[in-house]
Amino acid sequence: MMTFIRPTALAAAAAVALSIATAAAGNAADISGAGSTFIYPVFAKWADTYKKETGIGLNYQSIGSGGGIKQVIAKTVTFGATDKPLSDEDLGKNGLVQFPMVMGGIVPIVNVEGIKPGELVLDGKTLAEIYLGDITSWDDDAIKALNPGLNLPSLAIAVVHRSDGSGTTFNFTDYLSKVSADWKDKVGSDTAVEWPVGVGAKGSEGVANMVMQTAGGIGYDEYAYAAQNNLSYARMENAAGKIVEPSLETFGAAAANADWQGATNFHVIITNQPGDNSWPIAASTWVLIHKAPEDAVAAGDALKFFDWAYKNGKDAAKGLDYVSIPDNVVGLIEATWSDIKADGKPVYTVGQ
Amino acid sequence: MTAPAVARDARVRRFALTDSLFHALTRAAAILVLLLLGGVAVSLFLGAWPALSHFGPAFLVTESWNPVREKFGALAPIYGTLVTSAIAILIAVPIGIGIAIFLTELCPRPLRRPIGMAVELLAGIPSIIYGIWGLFVFAPFMQTVVQPFVIGLFHDVPGLSALFAGPPYGIGILTSGLILAIMVLPFISSITRDVFDTVPAMLKESAYGIGCTTWEVTRRVVIPYTRVGIMGGVMLGLGRALGETMAVTFVIGNAHRIHASLFAPGTTISASIANEFTEAVGDLYTSSLVALGLILFVITFLILAAARLMLLRTGHKAGA
Repeated sequence: MMTFIRPTALAAAAAVALSIATAAAGNAADISGAGSTFIYPVFAKWADTYKKETGIGLNYQSIGSGGGIKQVIAKTVTFGATDKPLSDEDLGKNGLVQFPMVMGGIVPIVNVEGIKPGELVLDGKTLAEIYLGDITSWDDDAIKALNPGLNLPSLAIAVVHRSDGSGTTFNFTDYLSKVSADWKDKVGSDTAVEWPVGVGAKGSEGVANMVMQTAGGIGYDEYAYAAQNNLSYARMENAAGKIVEPSLETFGAAAANADWQGATNFHVIITNQPGDNSWPIAASTWVLIHKAPEDAVAAGDALKFFDWAYKNGKDAAKGLDYVSIPDNVVGLIEATWSDIKADGKPVYTVGQ
Repeated sequence: MTAPAVARDARVRRFALTDSLFHALTRAAAILVLLLLGGVAVSLFLGAWPALSHFGPAFLVTESWNPVREKFGALAPIYGTLVTSAIAILIAVPIGIGIAIFLTELCPRPLRRPIGMAVELLAGIPSIIYGIWGLFVFAPFMQTVVQPFVIGLFHDVPGLSALFAGPPYGIGILTSGLILAIMVLPFISSITRDVFDTVPAMLKESAYGIGCTTWEVTRRVVIPYTRVGIMGGVMLGLGRALGETMAVTFVIGNAHRIHASLFAPGTTISASIANEFTEAVGDLYTSSLVALGLILFVITFLILAAARLMLLRTGHKAGA
């Protein structure tokens, strides 16, 4: 009986192989990447313009940072994108390099009746105590002290956090760990943590929706999402003790004031950075790429696209409420690209 | 041999050939399914092994789920999965059986098809739609109307006050259970309706003939006759409720905690995986999520096997 199956199976296998070969030929010129959902809108916008200018498209799957890391390690994509930087050890073990691609801000959003967007001021310590469940009412002395002019109601604080694993959560909890020893001891920072209090909501839209529905709600969202949906945000007191508004300028200040020069592998999380004008909860997304890529042409194409994006993608990023990488940092990043080699030659030389 | 006999032999051989080819093809299809199932089981087990060997049996009874310190336990998701499914079944079974009784015994003939189809259409709605509807429409309704009312109603009653304790977040275990109830309703009602149709008309007519009311016929004849079939339908609905991911993910709150209150946020196995797998970095973290998948696989397998067994027994009974 097997004789009857075999020709069919062979034919099917041949058909599949053929279709794969055709597909591969059709997309040969496209750059492939996977990972962070945070960076996806920017990549999509850049890729659209880049395709018009050069004819090379980008095939980016926004499957989340964890998936992006796994796929780039498995070499199914040319580059990965992650909201949480890899440690030097993990980079070395997998032969990867990383560099930041784009930045954004994270803002606390609140729903307290009678308080307009931007009126409320919070600092890191108070925010940590709210998320630890130590401060439970909006008329707590700590909040009052920061907002002498506001009439705060005696209303329970309903804490909202992301329910799904997220780079936003990573940066938010990283900030809380930096400003509160208590938070660092009890909770720590990661893409998902064991929240002491509150309710989880899925995605940026879930958090926003939950906060808006719940009187006394507080949550955190990417600035891009909060700005586009006119959410009621709070101002923050930064590391320098100054009260700042969330804006592209203050996120940019945080990025510019961070110590990129002294960091290895650009492992800088730009929360709680110095500078009078720095927004305290800023976030970046890193690109991961193999140091010794098997496909030198694909890696070269990808770097060329990143180079183009650093130089020509600033307005597009700004239009989407993201912050492009400051020029001095781009210089540092591109200087490291000469280490990405195939057969002893750099796969891409800047200024080609 | 004569010429016609030779021709006939050739034809018979050709028939035998096509028959065996057909046999081989269908058998290959069946084996393929078994291979796929086995492959899923093996890869789940291999993926879960690092977590299972690291935490041991304690994995099943630990409530803490802490990605920062890489300490994981499956108790909260297992609890959430079982409780949300139980709520769904508790609500969907009476309604589903009610629909089936109405459609088979009481409904005017012209209305049968429209109502039957409307119920079955519920099964065709993608679960993401239930999730979005649950988050943006149903959860606010629960939060502003149902939960404050229920909390106020029971706040003095011992036991119930803990079961329905605030604050009213809108999302949580009960909201998920209610949405699951809507989702499993069509499975239960359509299977129940089908098994009700297997009740011989003679039995029902005899009961009516000795003066039984419709209620008595349903209660004493139809339901006892089809009890096992109804159980099979319930089990299939339960299997669906246990594994449902997208709708639950939106409205459960993903808190790895076990709370006495049904209004509190919780998590289920599939919601935990959907929520956290994309951003899970680190071998133990991903492995623990896969281990959750393995646990769900085992639970669902047991439930579906039980359902199959019961349906099989009804088949014999209906045939007898």
